[in-house]
Amino acid sequence: MTLALILVSILVATTLGLVVRNRGRLPLLLGICTLAVYAFQPVLPVRSLDFWLPTGTLALATLAWVLTTPQEQRSWRVNWPAAVILIGIVLVLGLTRFLGFSVYLTASRPPQTLQILAALAVVTLIAFLLTRFTKPGRAILTGAFVLIILLFIILKVPTLATLVSMGLRRLNQQATSLALAQDLRWLGFSYIAFRLLHTIRDRQSGRLPVVSLSEYVVYVIFFPGLTAGPIDRIERFVGDLRRPLTLTTDDLGESGKRLVLGLFKKFVIADVLSMIALNATNALQVHLAGWAWVLLYAYAFQLYFDFSGYTDIAIGLGRLLGIKLPENFNAPYLKPNLTQFWNNWHMTLTQWFRAYFFNPVTRALRSGKKPLPIPVVIFITQLGTMVLIGLWHGVTVNFFVWGLWHGLGLFFHNRWSELTRPRFATLSPRWQKALNVGGILVTFNFVAIGWVFFALPNLSISVNYLRVLFGLA
Amino acid sequence: MHPRFLRNVIIKGLVLFFLIDLVCGGLDPAALGKVSLYNHIFSGRQRFPFGEDSSQSYNLSLFNLDAMFAAHIIAGGQKPVDEYRVILIGDSSTWGTLLRPKETLTGQMNAAGLTLCGKTLRVYNLGYPTISLTKDLMVLDYALRYQPDLVIWLTSLEAFPDENQLTSPIVANNAARVDDLISRYNLPLSPNDPALIRPGFWDSTLIGQRRALADLFRLQVYGVLWTATGIDQTYPADYQAAQTDFNKDVLYHGMHPPTLDASQLAFGVFEAGLRLAGETPVILVNEPMLVSVGENSDLRYNFLYPRWAYDQWRVMMSVRAAAGDWNYLDLWNVIPADQFTNSSIHLTPAGEALLAGRVEQAVLQQSCP
Repeated sequence: MTLALILVSILVATTLGLVVRNRGRLPLLLGICTLAVYAFQPVLPVRSLDFWLPTGTLALATLAWVLTTPQEQRSWRVNWPAAVILIGIVLVLGLTRFLGFSVYLTASRPPQTLQILAALAVVTLIAFLLTRFTKPGRAILTGAFVLIILLFIILKVPTLATLVSMGLRRLNQQATSLALAQDLRWLGFSYIAFRLLHTIRDRQSGRLPVVSLSEYVVYVIFFPGLTAGPIDRIERFVGDLRRPLTLTTDDLGESGKRLVLGLFKKFVIADVLSMIALNATNALQVHLAGWAWVLLYAYAFQLYFDFSGYTDIAIGLGRLLGIKLPENFNAPYLKPNLTQFWNNWHMTLTQWFRAYFFNPVTRALRSGKKPLPIPVVIFITQLGTMVLIGLWHGVTVNFFVWGLWHGLGLFFHNRWSELTRPRFATLSPRWQKALNVGGILVTFNFVAIGWVFFALPNLSISVNYLRVLFGLA
Repeated sequence: MHPRFLRNVIIKGLVLFFLIDLVCGGLDPAALGKVSLYNHIFSGRQRFPFGEDSSQSYNLSLFNLDAMFAAHIIAGGQKPVDEYRVILIGDSSTWGTLLRPKETLTGQMNAAGLTLCGKTLRVYNLGYPTISLTKDLMVLDYALRYQPDLVIWLTSLEAFPDENQLTSPIVANNAARVDDLISRYNLPLSPNDPALIRPGFWDSTLIGQRRALADLFRLQVYGVLWTATGIDQTYPADYQAAQTDFNKDVLYHGMHPPTLDASQLAFGVFEAGLRLAGETPVILVNEPMLVSVGENSDLRYNFLYPRWAYDQWRVMMSVRAAAGDWNYLDLWNVIPADQFTNSSIHLTPAGEALLAGRVEQAVLQQSCP
């Protein structure tokens, strides 16, 4: 996201928080979040796709709400304002194609109005049919779950994404030879998908609170966390949303602090580090181990400051709007072991995987007729969780290896700590401290080496870089 | 948190910001350029910082001569007693567009491992990719503090027209240095030329200097990748070869054939350079250029020069060289046409090797003190 967009977001959030307060807060927030979905979407080379993808986000959110809401709560009387706002904004944005100038709310000129009307009619019809004839049963929710996963796979597998891009280009009579996986850069879809999956799974398990269409859509596309999270839980989010907005000076002070900190982390520290951080080009140009480590450390810190900077900005913006978004980072590079690192790095993502993969799989493996031994369960679940987290970033060999690296690291740390805990507990405080410092160094370097697979595009470059790092090239 | 506290934080922050900004207005921001991590933490650069595609070339163009020299390897400490120091002054051809540092004229001369007067010959590339004698003079003026034993000044007609003297961004953005040169050497240039950029008070505040300061900072940061990779420009696999077909245009900087008007050429600046070098011997080189064989090549040698203008300038140079007893090498046509890259003065590594051979011969003929 650009600095200009972030500054506009701060201005909008401050105005909403200070001036508007509770008068029409939810519809206004819905309107602004809807506009943000379009405004934040980057330009795409496939014609009108940068309009259709945000529209797809809104359609997915709306249909997911219908599917996860008990039939008796899908009342038109309660939810029509939200539907009108959503449809109205899509239509108005679509009509801006007739203005002679760019309005900066859509990435490029919107498609033909007739096409927009047809798309809206189709989504409305599906929503109507689902509202009228379905209830959130197991089968339909599982279907929705699978559908989102499939969509996710299509976007994250480069070959599939390229094929889809070729198809879309063919439809638009554009050159198919230029199709690339990056043509389908769907802003925030990774996070949106997690929110949708969370609500679907919680509806299946009966834990999902009943929320209105406005509340649901605002939760899914809440603009401060649209591009880089954090992944909030709906019950907590809606709790904040329903509470009257009373911005205190504490809120303003905290928000200001997080915004300034976030902007500094992102646009000063991370952007400077990005100049020298490891990438596919310089990985092939460095031949000395010492400098290779410098580039790798620069990448490690750039990633942290960039990501945690965005989180600070999101939390600061959320605070202005009365939403206390969850923390995502807590000094992860200062943790003495890998388990603690993952409890403090992208916390909301790991919590999500813990809740919806690690715990259920562990339960399943432990509760069968012949429960597996604990080390085997830990091996399977940790490896599985980390490989899935890796693949969430993109279905490539490198992300798979990165996940494997961390899964194995977590497993070995688990076994090591089981073995050594009783012995280490008896050590003097000075030794404990030394162990702690040693643990921080080892953990940081383990994580940094893992970033080689994360930063570089393929295995051969990554392995070659590892050889340079260890003076073996 | 009390509202008054929040208000005070904002007010104090703003007051401090403006105070610091105003105080910085009184400082000389250019002097900051002397502070450099190069030659201390990072290797000194083999040639001046220059480049547009910073993320690929790990290099950038800036106008701070102090910073440019501080980043250069020539500023890396005292001159060793056993070093015969040679500096090369010139344009992009000397700087080495499309060439790796070891492929440039400087790199090839250093690789030759020559000795002179019992000392090891060490050549420093002080070329800069714009063509202007005033730029060369400015660089030479600064470079003399590094005690060269010999100056090799490569030039071409395009560096001579009056209208090219001050328009080069590095010259235009160093008005104070140009003023100084004008007054010291009575240069035929006007300090009131609108091409010279003269910063006002607000331009020298922190806000006004933000771009220059950012460039200084970025130059230091790119020191990491320069040291780690030895790369300081992009090397495209494909580039457009120098033009060899031309239309019938024979104008040269508004001058019509048959007579090249010497009064529109900055010989005064050139001669000031020779005076500036003082006791330090100078070898002047008319740098090689592409002699094209293509459409209308009977009218033009290349993209830069119509034949009539270039031929007359060569005669003028020869006459002045003889009259002034210059150590002058006219190497205009010593490189075959197939050894030029993307312009009529940029050479391939093999072309540079040929040139290096010729220049080395002249260097070795220098008498020892």
